[in-house]
Amino acid sequence: MADANGVLELARLRHTYGHGETACEVLHGIDLRLQQGEFAALIGPSGSGKSTLLNLVGLLETPTGGDVILDGNATAGLDDDARTALRNRALGFVFQFHHLLPGFSALENVLMPRLARQGRATPADVSDAMALLDAVGLGQLHGRRPSELSGGQQQRVAIARALAGRPRLLLADEPTGNLDTHTADEIFALFRRINAEQGLTFLVVTHDPRLAARCDRVVRLVDGRIVGDGPP
Amino acid sequence: MPAARAPRLPYAWLLAIRFLQEGRAQTLLILLGITLGVAVIVFLTALIDGLQQNIISRTLGTQAHVTLTAPEDRVRQAPAAATAARALSYVQPRAQRLRSIPRWQQVTAGVAGLAGVRDVAAITSGPADALRGDARRQVALMGIELREYVRIVPLPQYLVSGELRLGVGEALVGLELARDLGLGTGDRLRLQGRDGRAESVRVAGIFSAGVRELDQRWVFVPRRSAQTLLALEGGVTHIPLTVTDIFAASDVAAEIGARHDVEAESWMQANRQLMTGLRSQSASSSIIRFFVLVSVAFGIASVLAVSVAQKQREIGILRAMGTSRALVLRVFLIQGGLLGIAGSLLGALAGAGLAMLFQGFAVNADGSPVFPIVITPSLFATAVLTATVTGLVAAALPARQAARLDPVEAIRNG
Repeated sequence: MADANGVLELARLRHTYGHGETACEVLHGIDLRLQQGEFAALIGPSGSGKSTLLNLVGLLETPTGGDVILDGNATAGLDDDARTALRNRALGFVFQFHHLLPGFSALENVLMPRLARQGRATPADVSDAMALLDAVGLGQLHGRRPSELSGGQQQRVAIARALAGRPRLLLADEPTGNLDTHTADEIFALFRRINAEQGLTFLVVTHDPRLAARCDRVVRLVDGRIVGDGPP
Repeated sequence: MPAARAPRLPYAWLLAIRFLQEGRAQTLLILLGITLGVAVIVFLTALIDGLQQNIISRTLGTQAHVTLTAPEDRVRQAPAAATAARALSYVQPRAQRLRSIPRWQQVTAGVAGLAGVRDVAAITSGPADALRGDARRQVALMGIELREYVRIVPLPQYLVSGELRLGVGEALVGLELARDLGLGTGDRLRLQGRDGRAESVRVAGIFSAGVRELDQRWVFVPRRSAQTLLALEGGVTHIPLTVTDIFAASDVAAEIGARHDVEAESWMQANRQLMTGLRSQSASSSIIRFFVLVSVAFGIASVLAVSVAQKQREIGILRAMGTSRALVLRVFLIQGGLLGIAGSLLGALAGAGLAMLFQGFAVNADGSPVFPIVITPSLFATAVLTATVTGLVAAALPARQAARLDPVEAIRNG
């Protein structure tokens, strides 16, 4: 795993909310590298800056200092369109809540990243999306709306969607936080399987020590600083 | 299990249409609003266009579009004597006598060749007396060449009895005059013109133009007879003409006035009050249409603003998945445009239906409509185009708002 395939590099990453007297620095110079195929957990108490870090890595926010180098691309100074395109190409998101679009079928939801990239879905995109739904065990239910699926099924559709753009890095924010233990285990097992089969890099934010214990690497964040980084 | 198929629509359209479908109640309500607004606009326009066309065609039924007459008779002043004393002069305007248009043949030929002029006639017209037995009526003698004059005023439409014919010694008289003098087709009457000149003519036909004044006074005779009776041998007093675009009549009149030594008056100048009336009617209907359109625009804008607020999280998620700002903008613009198109198509149909219904109610005693309502394809096209553009413009602000959403906050707050 120690090859030179850097998927993510954070260099002296700082972030401040607010201006002037109300300014509050929540990240104080984070350095972190993730290699291709790593499965890392990001843990820490509430308010430690986990979400901010995830938003910065996800190119959803712009850091006030330092840089996020994603798949070899320095992102400081990129405009919104370039960041959006890079997000679409390199990143997959799984949120705590499935965040599927309610008006669209499971299949259409999975097609969204491709649609966002190309404007149209080709038959090849559809068969890819169907393969992803099959892989998460929902091929039969591709025509269902999110409201017609169980919580675990919804999260699996969301995972299929996160994979649809063939990302380099999958970011998961409390992906099992809203699920019962049994379903949470299933989802986590699915993550590990994808990681093993495809070599996809994972960064999973979690509160759950049980889940963190099943990752290869645990990064611990306290008060905006990395205080621990290593195997669980 | 339904087969897995690719969505046929491009991304932006897919999102726009689904968003509209999801907000079903809102979409239907605003659609109803647009439909009503456009229906009012179409109905009002059809009604007013119909009314105005009807008024104009009635007015022009007995009038030329432009009439040329001899230039006004002016008094020529003797040049003042070159003395130190200042001369005070008082000019009394001359009484206008019946005169022929100078060189009217050249004028007629010149005018006929002008762009925008359709038909030209030459008539000799003046006052005369019509006598039968003890009855005597003052009439307007209209000396015409029937063949050319019917292209200016549709006499055949007005014929009530007899034939439309003007042989030597024949006349066409108005219905009211025929009643006053007890005339029927084939009867004779005596016409007395200037300087005691008189001729006995036979009534070939009786007409009714629907204007009492004219039906009482107009007597058509061959031009040569009128020239003799009015002591204007070879002369012509009026050159009536029609133009291809009736609203360009004043321009044509001005051009003729500049080129030839004649007075040229268009129907618009002759009916100034009518034109003012029509113009203010058009203006007030434009104002109504404008405000209806503005309220339609506000309706679309507010519905889309609500939709942006409701769809915040979804917009945030789409942005997180790599959907560009420009595409989000387009999604909401398309929604505005679609609402405009759909609402205006329905509204145009509803407005046309309303107009037909109205036409069915407002009928004359004989069952014919009081006036025909005019629904043209161009009215349809204009209504649909205007409403669509209005939809796009109305959507601009909410769309910008949607495109500027910060994905993190949108997902958190949504």
